[in-house]
Amino acid sequence: MDEMTKKKLQAIACHVRMGVIEGTYHAKSGHPGGSLSICDTLTYLYFAKMHVDPKNPKIQDRDRLVLSKGHCAPALYSVLAQRGFFPKEELQSLRHIGAMLQGHPCIHIPGVDMSSGSLGQGISAACGMALAAKIDHAAYKVYAILGDGEIEEGQVWEGAMFAAHYQLDSLVAIVDHNGLQIDGKITEVCSPEPIPEKFEAFGWHVIRMDAHDFDSIDAAFREAETIVGKPVVLVQESTKGKGVSFMENQVGWHGKAPNQAEYEQAMAQLQAQLKELEG
Amino acid sequence: MAEMQKKATRESYGEVLRDLAEKYPNLVVLDADLAAATKTGIMKKAYPERFFDCGIAEANMMGVAAGLATAGKIPFASTFAMFAAGRAYEIVRNSIGYPHLNVKIGATHAGISVGEDGATHQCNEDITLMRTIPGMTILNPADDVEAKAAVEAAIQYNGPVYLRFGRLAAPIFNDPETYQFTIGKGLTLRDGSDLTLVATGLMVSEALKAADLLEAEGIHARVLNIHTIKPLDTALICQAAQETGLLVTVEEHSIIGGLGGAVAETVTASSTPVPVVRIGVNDTFGHSGPAVDLLKEFGLCSDHIADVAMKAYDGIRER
Repeated sequence: MDEMTKKKLQAIACHVRMGVIEGTYHAKSGHPGGSLSICDTLTYLYFAKMHVDPKNPKIQDRDRLVLSKGHCAPALYSVLAQRGFFPKEELQSLRHIGAMLQGHPCIHIPGVDMSSGSLGQGISAACGMALAAKIDHAAYKVYAILGDGEIEEGQVWEGAMFAAHYQLDSLVAIVDHNGLQIDGKITEVCSPEPIPEKFEAFGWHVIRMDAHDFDSIDAAFREAETIVGKPVVLVQESTKGKGVSFMENQVGWHGKAPNQAEYEQAMAQLQAQLKELEG
Repeated sequence: MAEMQKKATRESYGEVLRDLAEKYPNLVVLDADLAAATKTGIMKKAYPERFFDCGIAEANMMGVAAGLATAGKIPFASTFAMFAAGRAYEIVRNSIGYPHLNVKIGATHAGISVGEDGATHQCNEDITLMRTIPGMTILNPADDVEAKAAVEAAIQYNGPVYLRFGRLAAPIFNDPETYQFTIGKGLTLRDGSDLTLVATGLMVSEALKAADLLEAEGIHARVLNIHTIKPLDTALICQAAQETGLLVTVEEHSIIGGLGGAVAETVTASSTPVPVVRIGVNDTFGHSGPAVDLLKEFGLCSDHIADVAMKAYDGIRER
């Protein structure tokens, strides 16, 4: 990836992170930690990879994304707002009564391809979309983002089995491996490790990537496109809370909103990162 | 009454999917390793490229159906009622109901008439569970003619539909030449002024026989066929309440939250609340045995229906 594109994506990702902080701060609730760990991947997908049209969000041949780890909706909403699916001001009413932006993704929001939030379900819906693509000989891709804690849900493995059986090669799952879930480290709660080996055993093509390095992300998605006859999973090594120093790798920031002082500190950090990139 | 032809509505389900496949090119069928029993195997044989076995994984099947629907397909997700409404409840709620997707759930082997497989497979709770999901349409056809018409109506309707089918061969009492199915519109099969038997599914033909028995005792029973549990035909039910003063609901399902529950909720909130007597499975599990014997044992037969109705009718007159 050329340096200019990379810088551009890094700057957008910074804005996306600010949207996550804005949203959760104004909502006084929500999940900043896991949202921040997927911001670079979402930025890459919506600004460098996916065929989508913000003016025609339901267009039939679009690429689709299912945020199976639906609690990270602030990141999805933020990237959709950045991409022009709806005004950025909407982020400030996230989770408010009467607001468009629900606590978890809702299919009626422009750009959201599937309602999600109850963990383990998104991958099945993504399988259905990929199966439809196969039936129709359509070229669109289906991306599903799962949490590493989420894959403790049995339904994920039902979906994994199905995708491999039907050779759904338009399906790309991304497992956000930040190592933390609500009750602690995933290895201490009820370990889903080893993750790549499990998917391999289920018949998937596994690619590892660094979730915060656009060269690595780009290489992984490019490799995914070359795989025929198998679903692909990208196991991304990520940092929960990435971009905000005091949230990084802190399990306590899974589902807690920043207070005013924390909000200001987080925004200042992100502004500084942005300034450096644009400097 | 002359001996009627019989067919299990699961058989009707499999046949009609095949028969409608050409007319509705977006129709696809999913099953969870029960194609031989749900009869979707009939579709599989005729249109193998439009049939997808999901293996013994009902949760995933419901999610796959949801994903297919977002892309314009009309998926029929098929398995036993126990697994469709029971095991996969939360997926049906969150992945199909909440986004209001155009998924049709073909739930066979509903009720106690599953027979020998016993309690683990006799689902008497599915109507209740599905009723709690906002926007879910629930169809419970009574015979072959109605089952086939219900499937086509479900295809033509845009939104989630739960269709309930049985394992046991049911008498075919509707005339395929004249029968008309409208979602949400109950049918008055027999007029009467003394009481109303409000029946659904397999129990409709039993209610008709019970009405004959009551007639012999001088009681004129009206019989309603409520093939759509949700949205319920409240106008027809309230009219029957007003005109006959007593409702007896009959269903092969728990008396908690099914047709009886829905009718009681409707009538008690109406301007003419009348007694509602509910016949169904009385908050108990089933057990193994031949279906016909079980139906008798659990009181889901014309004799018992007539008996309960008569006692209720006499009770009201004595007041």
